Amino acid sequence: MSAVVAEHDDHHDHGPAKGLLRWVITTNHKDIGTLYLLFALAMFFVGGSMAMVIRAELFEPGMQFVNPQFFNSMTTMHALVMVFGAVMPAFVGLANWMIPMMIGSPDMALPRMNNMSFWLLVAGVLLLASTLFMEGGAPASGWTLYPPLVLQTGKALPFAIFSVHLLGISSILGGINIIATIFNMRAPGMTLMKMPMFVWTWLITAFLLIAIMPVFAGAVTMLLTDKFFHTSFFDAAGGGDPVLYQHIFWFFGHPEVYVMILPTFGVASTIIPVFARKPLFGYSSMVYATAAIAFLSFIVWAHHMFTVGMPIAGELYFMYATMLIAIPTGVKIFNWTATMWKGSMTFETPMLFSIAFVVLFTMGGFTGLMMAVAPADFQYHDTYFIVAHFHYTLVPASVFILMAAGYFWLPKWTGHMYDERIGQLHFWLSVVSVNILFFPQHFLGLAGMPRRIPDYAVQFADWNMISSIGGFIFGASQLLFLYIVINTIKGGTGEKVTGEVWEDAAKHSLEWTLPSPPPYHSFTTPPTVIPTEHM
Amino acid sequence: MSTSNEYYIPQKATWPVVGTAGLLMMLAGFANYLNGSSGGAAWMGLGLTVVIIMMAGWFTLQATESESGMYSTQVGISYRMGMMWFIFSEIIFFGVFFGALWYTRNLSVPWLGGEGTRAVTKELLWPSFEAVWPTNGPGKVGGDFEAMGTWGLPFLNTLILLTSGVACTWAHHGLLTKNRDQLIKGLMATVGLGFLFVTFQAIEYHEAYTEMGLTLGSGIYGSTFFMLTGFHGFHVCVGAIILSVVLFRSWKGHFKPENHFAFEAAAWYWHFVDVVWLGLFVFVYVI
Repeated sequence: MSAVVAEHDDHHDHGPAKGLLRWVITTNHKDIGTLYLLFALAMFFVGGSMAMVIRAELFEPGMQFVNPQFFNSMTTMHALVMVFGAVMPAFVGLANWMIPMMIGSPDMALPRMNNMSFWLLVAGVLLLASTLFMEGGAPASGWTLYPPLVLQTGKALPFAIFSVHLLGISSILGGINIIATIFNMRAPGMTLMKMPMFVWTWLITAFLLIAIMPVFAGAVTMLLTDKFFHTSFFDAAGGGDPVLYQHIFWFFGHPEVYVMILPTFGVASTIIPVFARKPLFGYSSMVYATAAIAFLSFIVWAHHMFTVGMPIAGELYFMYATMLIAIPTGVKIFNWTATMWKGSMTFETPMLFSIAFVVLFTMGGFTGLMMAVAPADFQYHDTYFIVAHFHYTLVPASVFILMAAGYFWLPKWTGHMYDERIGQLHFWLSVVSVNILFFPQHFLGLAGMPRRIPDYAVQFADWNMISSIGGFIFGASQLLFLYIVINTIKGGTGEKVTGEVWEDAAKHSLEWTLPSPPPYHSFTTPPTVIPTEHM
Repeated sequence: MSTSNEYYIPQKATWPVVGTAGLLMMLAGFANYLNGSSGGAAWMGLGLTVVIIMMAGWFTLQATESESGMYSTQVGISYRMGMMWFIFSEIIFFGVFFGALWYTRNLSVPWLGGEGTRAVTKELLWPSFEAVWPTNGPGKVGGDFEAMGTWGLPFLNTLILLTSGVACTWAHHGLLTKNRDQLIKGLMATVGLGFLFVTFQAIEYHEAYTEMGLTLGSGIYGSTFFMLTGFHGFHVCVGAIILSVVLFRSWKGHFKPENHFAFEAAAWYWHFVDVVWLGLFVFVYVI
């Protein structure tokens, strides 16, 4: 590839507003990306503290620190905060920062709406967090908000529901913006099949978002009218059905978990080639696999409901359809492995997190396959086995990749290098403790320990204690990441990084052709030459 | 892709945070109102006012920018994509309520009536329940009611909405051929028919509540009927207001054959509302 031809005249570059107001009224994709990322990091620690409460209570059998109602609020709020406050916003932050730079555009397609997406997210999370301080406590029904249980929530119910509405609008606006950006703002020559994988995965994720957030909004609207306006959607006496809620929720919920994993795949596909010093293996198969996973996510929802009493034909259909997901996912795992095969690999922190992702996500995938088997799921359902499963797909997968992305792009964003020594320490502490935390939960689940309970039978004591210890170490280790982020922003190791940061990174994606940190508006005129290394 | 090499980047937006604050006030107020707190309704009204001010301000800004020629072809495409996918998400939202109607009518109500393997369920829970549609369930929730007829007002409303769709297209044709008179008359007809539809809908609701015993609380039939037609009616109102703004702008001399995104967006929205109504008419009223 040759140098990017881009003139960085400051004709349009009025620069940011002064002071704190800059962050409130900004339309700049980098500012908004930073806001998303910092907000997500803050929520990661808020949600993490709730997890610490859970693990502390479960450290020993019996009631220790909190009452059962509050414990259930913690499991519910931990999930909602982590999903809607931490993981999703973090990936939207990455999308904001990286997509315009990767496709050679100056900004997102709809910058004002971009600002609104972020602030609606903050408003939604505020409403949600406010429920912690209300009469009757925060929602305690689990993040799925199943009726009739959730209708027993106290004053918090309408706030939680409106919070979902705001978060939904935020995600829909964000999704629309990403679609318009990718379809309409690519530099000349940046054809769809030349786009970096991260852009591809976000394009598909954006479609998932605009297709599912209205579904969740509809479901909680029915909860609202059932509770306050005498409707009977989920009340059998009126001809409705509580199971209807589960169908609607999971029609949203299953694609929703892929909203959190597809961009994860995208980042992994971005990082691994750079440190293997090889192009991504099987680029087009990666694109098709991502699309296939997204499609399948819409037709497998009732595998979350095997024990609810579905007709046998439904059980069988959802079982086989779910197993199909293993095929495109397997394509991805093998492609990442093949990318590393015979590569000149080095193991900087982003690569370490990415490799851990490939290995541990595969673990989470396999347990998913186990639960896809309907008759077996009758045993695992609502036990700690499912808790172990989805935490393997979210923590050492999505969260690890978010860490990897942080280490990978922080030097680009700030122009400073992070401290590799502390980064490696953070990685090793995290990867060991995350397994101490979640691996024993498989055993607990297979032994029959139910999820969402504050107390348990004594035979579960040992593994719970081990799991809690792993949890505390994992939680504490993340403070290292916080330190590294702050430290890098403030100057890091003092070493000035080049535009490329990582060896030959510019062969892989456009953002590395810009200086570090990049100018306020990345490309004021479109670059005319783009890297094609991944083809 | 772009015909121009210069990108358009708006600077420093204030309306988004104003709108967010308004929405937050409105929804927090609504939640407090539902919980029976005294200040709730006032906050709700205040929030709604802020949201309306935000919309007026933001759209005025966009219209001014558009008329001063600040938008390139590329920006126009972004806006069109935005509107298109926004309508897509709205369709999905309606799909949820159509889905609920389909599921209850075809699956859960028959199950309550003992269909398939559910005979024991019926015997143990509600042995006297007959699974017929419309129903307010085995508990006869909301008391006796009469189902909404099809060929009176609803059919008339179908014709009204379809005609307004035609008028809208006729107005668009006027815009493209620079026939201002046709543009304005067409839009006036569209908006007028839209509000006529809403009026008839209000009369229908009034009859349902006062004469037929049919309310939002009339079991699953009342729930699906009023939520589907209610959300649709709300969308008709929104669409008619948008079209009124477009009418006002046309009257002020805005829009050119090659630059009239606001008109197109409003027209798309109107056709979307139209199509949803056809679905409603078939699945809620006819079948």
